[in-house]
Amino acid sequence: MTGADALEVVVRAVAVLAAFLVLPLLVGQTEHKVMAHMQGRLGPMYAGGFHGWAQLVADGVKFVQKEDITPAAADKGVFRFAPAVALVPYLVAMAVIPLSPDVVAADAPAGAVFVLAVTAVGILGTLMAGWASANKYSLLGAMRAAAQLLSYELPMVLAVASVCLAAGTLSLTGIAHAWSPWWLLWQLPGAVVFLVSAVAELQRPPFDMPVADSEIVFGAYTEYTGLRFAFFLLSEYAGIVVMSLLFTVLYLGGWQGPLSDQLGWLWTVLKGFCIAVVVIWLRVAWPRLREDQLQRLAWLVLVPLALAQLALTGVWVVLTA
Amino acid sequence: MSPYVVVAAVVVVGLLLFVAAMGARRLLAPSAPTRAKLTTYESGVDPVGQGWAQTQVRYFVYAFLYVIFAVDAVYLFPWALVVRSSDLGAASLVEIGVFIGVLLVGLVHAARRGLLRWV
Repeated sequence: MTGADALEVVVRAVAVLAAFLVLPLLVGQTEHKVMAHMQGRLGPMYAGGFHGWAQLVADGVKFVQKEDITPAAADKGVFRFAPAVALVPYLVAMAVIPLSPDVVAADAPAGAVFVLAVTAVGILGTLMAGWASANKYSLLGAMRAAAQLLSYELPMVLAVASVCLAAGTLSLTGIAHAWSPWWLLWQLPGAVVFLVSAVAELQRPPFDMPVADSEIVFGAYTEYTGLRFAFFLLSEYAGIVVMSLLFTVLYLGGWQGPLSDQLGWLWTVLKGFCIAVVVIWLRVAWPRLREDQLQRLAWLVLVPLALAQLALTGVWVVLTA
Repeated sequence: MSPYVVVAAVVVVGLLLFVAAMGARRLLAPSAPTRAKLTTYESGVDPVGQGWAQTQVRYFVYAFLYVIFAVDAVYLFPWALVVRSSDLGAASLVEIGVFIGVLLVGLVHAARRGLLRWV
């Protein structure tokens, strides 16, 4: 590798880091504001002056100054490293998601499979946190998280497989290239399955059983304080960004739209932002499901629906090939 | 240059972010541990027994089902690349149909036996 290549690698990696540090905060601030207005409140108004725009920056500054406590009973090494395992996979996932054919850090030929594989690693962070805390709430939360992730990973993988089938490629840029508005109807069941599974994978309401505050305090994160706790929160919002952008690229054609030659990546970001708002909206509008309802929904509704979508896609592709 | 070189660099950057953030915390955050502070949290009362209590893992059937279907899903992705070829398309569609059909029968069987109920 030459010096120019090395520089390019560094610039690309740092660009991903910059996006990773900005986009989740934007989603977080949007959540503050959208939730507040849906509930007839104002949300943060003071930090930074204009409508509390700097609230999450202030939160970050606060978290870094908080005492970091590792419980005496905990498995210390695993406990301390778990936040990194939860966070880094979403950073890596962001690297392979294209915003436009040019704006992509790493245009992996098997991007669709890679993103699924990497995001599945994040759950290990939650499991490590829950087990290493040596706390009953944490253990219950981690077990619930594991069960949930097992069940919802599957319909998501099947839905993505259907899109790959429709596009005839595993590359995310290739999928967005192959997209046409007709997919909005053709891949609609798969899109719904993907969105529901994505919300469940992120452990967002109505699928937030693993952190159900009225039952098990805060699940696997109960014993965490300060910056390590903030990292788990950040990974949740980074997860929303990754899943929203992925949904955009897979089902909404990514950068395709009027004036896409000039606007390009802006379309992807705009569509992704709308999906993120939908994810926030679900939190405000729906109560939490019960654990058994959650499992039934995955196995008896989403998996059959995803398989039906797969059959529909396969038959159509073969008939029209 | 392979895109996976960039992916590897991003992993390194992510770990550096974690290390740097923890370094900043070490400089900025106070540290005054006391016995009570380091106790396991159990809603304010003294913790009973150990945190690593024995529990019944109720979802091991889901785990089996997941492994079966996840292995199946691995075969779907290569299929996506060949389904448009004229000599493989229709035949591979039927084969995948049989493959998934068998798994689907298994899922229906599990559901009818009541294994998909969280009890």
